[in-house]
Amino acid sequence: MIANYGYKDGSGEFFIRIDTDKCDGCGKCVDVCSSGVLEVRENDFDPLEEKMIAAVTEEHRKKIKYSCAPCKPSKGYTTLPCVEACTKDAIIHSW
Amino acid sequence: MEKEYWKWKEYNWKDEDIDWKTGDIISAGVDVGSVSSQAVIMVDGKLFAYSNMRTGSDSPESARKAMDWALENTGLQLKDIQYVVGTGYGRVNVPFANRTITEIACHARGANFMYGPTIRTIIDMGGQDCKAIHCDERGKVTNFLMNDKCAAGTGRGMEVFADLLSVPIEDVGRMSFEVDEEPEPVSSTCVVFAKSEATGLLRKGWHKNKVLAAYCSAMAHRIVTLLERIGVEKDFCITGGIAKNIGVVKRLQKELGVDILETTYDTQIAGALGAALFAKALIEKSRK
Repeated sequence: MIANYGYKDGSGEFFIRIDTDKCDGCGKCVDVCSSGVLEVRENDFDPLEEKMIAAVTEEHRKKIKYSCAPCKPSKGYTTLPCVEACTKDAIIHSW
Repeated sequence: MEKEYWKWKEYNWKDEDIDWKTGDIISAGVDVGSVSSQAVIMVDGKLFAYSNMRTGSDSPESARKAMDWALENTGLQLKDIQYVVGTGYGRVNVPFANRTITEIACHARGANFMYGPTIRTIIDMGGQDCKAIHCDERGKVTNFLMNDKCAAGTGRGMEVFADLLSVPIEDVGRMSFEVDEEPEPVSSTCVVFAKSEATGLLRKGWHKNKVLAAYCSAMAHRIVTLLERIGVEKDFCITGGIAKNIGVVKRLQKELGVDILETTYDTQIAGALGAALFAKALIEKSRK
């Protein structure tokens, strides 16, 4: 499953896309995120399957433009820590 | 008292032909949304009874009321239901639920039941948000996107418009086609902006049907932009209250160039129906 967390508003589209088929719930992305945007939890979207996957926390879903800002290019980063940390290439940022 | 045009009809329903006493699995789903709440009771995976009403300021109370109303005259009591799944915006506030499941999973499952296994794309147009969901032939979510940051182009927006123009909400869709020519969409679906724009158009002498047409088409256009990210795959359907508004549905169909499937079920119960189906699956799983 492709899970798109985030929103689109007047200033642009801000989505973190997690491919839950690739994600194995290792939690490396959670460890490197300085804003606490990510967490490993049960797959909410497939309640009959018991698999742990990475997800954007409820708290950050409506403000990821700001939550993710510390890692974005204007702050000197060229690659995103969460994307880098993911050995399965399961995370993509839309902006 | 002044008439409140936005108020849609609350009701409950039950299937007289089903005797729940002969049923093996009795499951229920409660969907507490931002605007409406539904409770669905199923007997062995068949739709037995449901209710559809407005959510009050107190979510647990709304959940309880919806459930009581669905149970009304069925002879069934809450304790007879083996498993209850709560879903929707207020799902954590369903006091009698055995567990909660996100509305995205529930809508996919519910749409799969209502429209059949060929459904691949579902747009849930709820009271305060809009979700685009892709699913497989079993109703399992494969991709989703939600835009829950603002209530633009949602059911609540339509209610505000119905009230502003003194048009009963059920008539909005039909009346929006009673125009000489299709107007340009209003420039914003933002409820507040659109409302002031509509007031301006009315002052300019526009007939209210034309204003409705402009708003319905703006709403249809917003769904198209939401779909851009995840794409449209046939078959396509809409769940939630807006599916009852042909003014939006037909315009969306035209803009997308894809047929929108119709159903005999009430599109507002999709979430609660999916929750009840999950409840059934969870009972079966625990018996294994």
